[in-house]
Amino acid sequence: MTRRGIIFNIKRYAIHDGPGIRTTVFLKGCPLDCWWCHNPEGRNTDPECFGQDTGRDCLIGREVSVEAVFHEVCRDSVFYDQSGGGVTFSGGEPMMQIGFLEDVLTACRREGMHTALDTCGYAPTEDFARIAGLVDLFLYDIKLMDSDLHRKYTGVPNHLILENLHYLSGNGNRILARLPLIPEVTDTDENIAAVAEFMAQNKALREISLLPFNTLGRDKFRRFHLPDRMGTPRELSPERIERLTESFHQRGIAVGTGG
Amino acid sequence: MNERIRKLREQSLSAKPSISLERARLLTSFYADGQADGTSTPVARAMALSHILSHKEICINDGELIVGERGPSPKATPTYPEICIHSEEDFTILNSREKITFNVGEADRQVQRDEFIPFWTGRSMREKIFASMSDVWIAAYRAGVFTEFQEQRAPGHTVLDDKIYHKGFLDFQDEIKRSLERLDPATGSEAQAKKEQLTAMHIAADALIHYAERHAGRLDQLAVTEVNLDRRAELEAMAANCRRVPAHAPKSFWQALQYYWFVHLGVITELNTWDSFNPGRLDQHLYPFYRREIAEGTLTDQRARELLQSFWIKFNNQPAPPKVGVTAQESNTYTDFCLINLGGVKPSGENAANELTYMILDVIEEMRLLQPSSMVQISKKSPDRLLHHALKIIKTGYGQPSLFNTDAIIPEMLRQGKDLIDARNGGASGCVETGAFGKESYILTGYFNLTKVLEITLHNGVDPQTGKQIGIATGDPSEFTYFDELFAAFRLQLKHFIDIKIDGNRIIERLWAKHLPAPFLSLLIDDCIANGRDYNDGGARYNTSYIQGVGLGSVTDCLTAIKYHVFEQRTFDMNELLAALDSDFAGYETMQKQLRHQTPKYGNDDDYADDIMRRVFESYFLLIDGRPNTKGGHFRINLLPTTCHVYFGRVIGAMPDGRPAGEPLSEGISPVQGADRRGPTAVLKSAAKIDHLRTGGTLLNQKFTPQMLESDENLKKLGHLIRAYFTMDGHHIQFNVVSAETLRQAQERPDDYRDLIVRVAGYSDYFVDLGVDLQNEIIRRTEQGVG
Repeated sequence: MTRRGIIFNIKRYAIHDGPGIRTTVFLKGCPLDCWWCHNPEGRNTDPECFGQDTGRDCLIGREVSVEAVFHEVCRDSVFYDQSGGGVTFSGGEPMMQIGFLEDVLTACRREGMHTALDTCGYAPTEDFARIAGLVDLFLYDIKLMDSDLHRKYTGVPNHLILENLHYLSGNGNRILARLPLIPEVTDTDENIAAVAEFMAQNKALREISLLPFNTLGRDKFRRFHLPDRMGTPRELSPERIERLTESFHQRGIAVGTGG
Repeated sequence: MNERIRKLREQSLSAKPSISLERARLLTSFYADGQADGTSTPVARAMALSHILSHKEICINDGELIVGERGPSPKATPTYPEICIHSEEDFTILNSREKITFNVGEADRQVQRDEFIPFWTGRSMREKIFASMSDVWIAAYRAGVFTEFQEQRAPGHTVLDDKIYHKGFLDFQDEIKRSLERLDPATGSEAQAKKEQLTAMHIAADALIHYAERHAGRLDQLAVTEVNLDRRAELEAMAANCRRVPAHAPKSFWQALQYYWFVHLGVITELNTWDSFNPGRLDQHLYPFYRREIAEGTLTDQRARELLQSFWIKFNNQPAPPKVGVTAQESNTYTDFCLINLGGVKPSGENAANELTYMILDVIEEMRLLQPSSMVQISKKSPDRLLHHALKIIKTGYGQPSLFNTDAIIPEMLRQGKDLIDARNGGASGCVETGAFGKESYILTGYFNLTKVLEITLHNGVDPQTGKQIGIATGDPSEFTYFDELFAAFRLQLKHFIDIKIDGNRIIERLWAKHLPAPFLSLLIDDCIANGRDYNDGGARYNTSYIQGVGLGSVTDCLTAIKYHVFEQRTFDMNELLAALDSDFAGYETMQKQLRHQTPKYGNDDDYADDIMRRVFESYFLLIDGRPNTKGGHFRINLLPTTCHVYFGRVIGAMPDGRPAGEPLSEGISPVQGADRRGPTAVLKSAAKIDHLRTGGTLLNQKFTPQMLESDENLKKLGHLIRAYFTMDGHHIQFNVVSAETLRQAQERPDDYRDLIVRVAGYSDYFVDLGVDLQNEIIRRTEQGVG
């Protein structure tokens, strides 16, 4: 009996989700409710119909077997081998389907494939313990250091997220922190300084990607008739990004953008 | 670039292409005066070339360092009435059409009408060809099943190797003498024919030496009156160059370039070889001169760069000769398909990239000219630096250079029976065609419309556009029970038309060999001198005839749709499908949507569709590959469209892939426009299911928006993407890096975008010079990285 999971997309030639050329598998379901969510269609665990889109595009999410996902991911092995790439699991929050995720990761690992997990970190620590040895790189979101604000903008407090981060770094896992730069929410001087300080305290956290806010999510809110809580935020100037980058550099943390 | 180059470049860009009747006048007077009477055909051809080169106007542009123009001035383009005759109407169209215009003077129009048309009518190759073709050939040709290259252009597809950098034309004449001495009189007429051929080559060699001397004489005169002492010294040096080459082997970098340029002019004055002749592996040929002169201190990088830039401008000054007949209404192109090869491997098999490779890439980037086109050969031994450097230029959106896989090109040639060293010294030319440079005549004979053959199959041998039975009766498809029955019918129909095409080609090859030999080109390609045979008559070491398959993606998607919907899912039956096609989907919009969007498609790494592509490929390959031509060589296939997929689409009605009547077909081996929905890796996986090594070249177009290539990191990933494709034996890939939005703006405001060059097929062209169909198609081609 093989486990089955719900995914809502498999993207090939993903070049922003870890090293090299990758295939990113999007697992459905997320415990967070971020105001700026790029993939609102990935929040609910079950397949669902969105908006008025025509025909087959309407139903988002499908049930798949571990073998089917593994087979699909293997299709681009030649590109992974050439580029040092591999597979990335994203979502949604892949940890929501921990059993399925563990099985697919195991299959990929058996094949010698490089594995990355894009996670918000909000899952039981014992679940992270199950997959920690199967993941080569964690793409780990750090959004807001103030737990109240975290709860306001994502729906959950941040204690568990930071706890899991400690666990994984203590476990020797490679972690690339990712911070979505949401104007006036996460990109405030206070939050940036707090994130940088938090990372400086943990020797395993030496790099962070700053992800500038884009309007992709807003297009989806419109398409799917979802409320848009973001409004029209001010634009992030290159100078501002430069200044934020400097806050990390001062503490010896490498910064990438857009990755 | 310095001031001199800036001015020459500006002159080249602003010169209006025009028709020059100088060549036609000299050629006509040569034959009309009876100078050819009593001589053999090859000797007459060589004497005609000599007459033209002895009397044509010498053009030396202000400030230039490399001399020689095909016409009396930059972009003055000759006609070739011995091949095809422009009618008065052709000239009117050329002069007045919106795109790719050629100025034609009123006086010239009159001379054409009163003298040249009457003289050449009945003598031209085009007339001879059409008079010699069978009725079935004519019917298939008119229906658009295939085209025929040699009805308007000479079978000149070849590229030069390194021989001219070691030998002068006087050395070639010595070789001719030795070949003459070896003739065995006992063979009678054969020895006589070889003697005539070799004599003609000797005359042709003299013709070019004399032509260079005429330039030297003019340069002397200019030097005497030149007041600027620096320029005077240059003019004197140039005169000395023209006395040294082509008679003798070149001694300097400068002379090497000047030598090649004279040779180029000789080839394109003798005949209008399409897919034009070019120096091939330029970074390899020039490197010994460069190394030696840099070491000796007689050349600086700056000067080398300036000379290369001058060389580039010479190519841009020579637009492709315009076509005759109905096709004159089409916009066509100014580009003559000179494809300079960089990188690759040395004869020893080592990586060949050197300092000059990178310098030439910089020249390409800086000059941004339509011609010559350029490509980089990437082998597994090529450094990443080379690929990355090429990608940085590609990223600027200029469409050059294209990228080729040396590790596919070499085995392609070995499979065709070529020597390993010849293969390593070879490359690709024209669009993507594989060839052994300096040793092979590899003729493109015409495009073949795979999708049209399916349309005819679906109508039991009848062309539904005309109602005429032009194919064979392969059965009423509504009576087929299995998909394999349909495929068998398609294959029979395919064989029928390929046989017609090959029969025609064999006749056409003989016509060219008999009436229009090319003694000048024969000097340059091994082993014409040693064999005493003309290039057009099998004199070359290797003789290949290509038939270029077009619409592989389209025909695959059509067959896939029929298999899926009619024979397996039974979404509708054959009669319903045929009724929908006959009505161009009017009233069948739902069916059209299903065909387009709910059907497996080639280009998505989906074996359902890709397996059918493989079957089509195998059939096309097996029906053509290895069949003998009349020159001791064989027919081979390659898969490239140039712009023919637009014409071929126009002659086909609605098809089962959901494509409405008249729309362009897929181009090269690219998926049908917009059918690939799974990103570039899926396209490359599908394309790699073609056995590239059994072709003589395939063309894959990929469009990227600039955003995809913004960072160095992304550019590196693109490099990995290409390396992976080449690992899977992919032959070639090229990129358009533009946004659809930019292209739409360019369509609306062409004046603001006259400099926008895009990849069309195996070449780049000015976007605003393309017809609106082609413009729309380029916009439609799947954009990667959206969403």
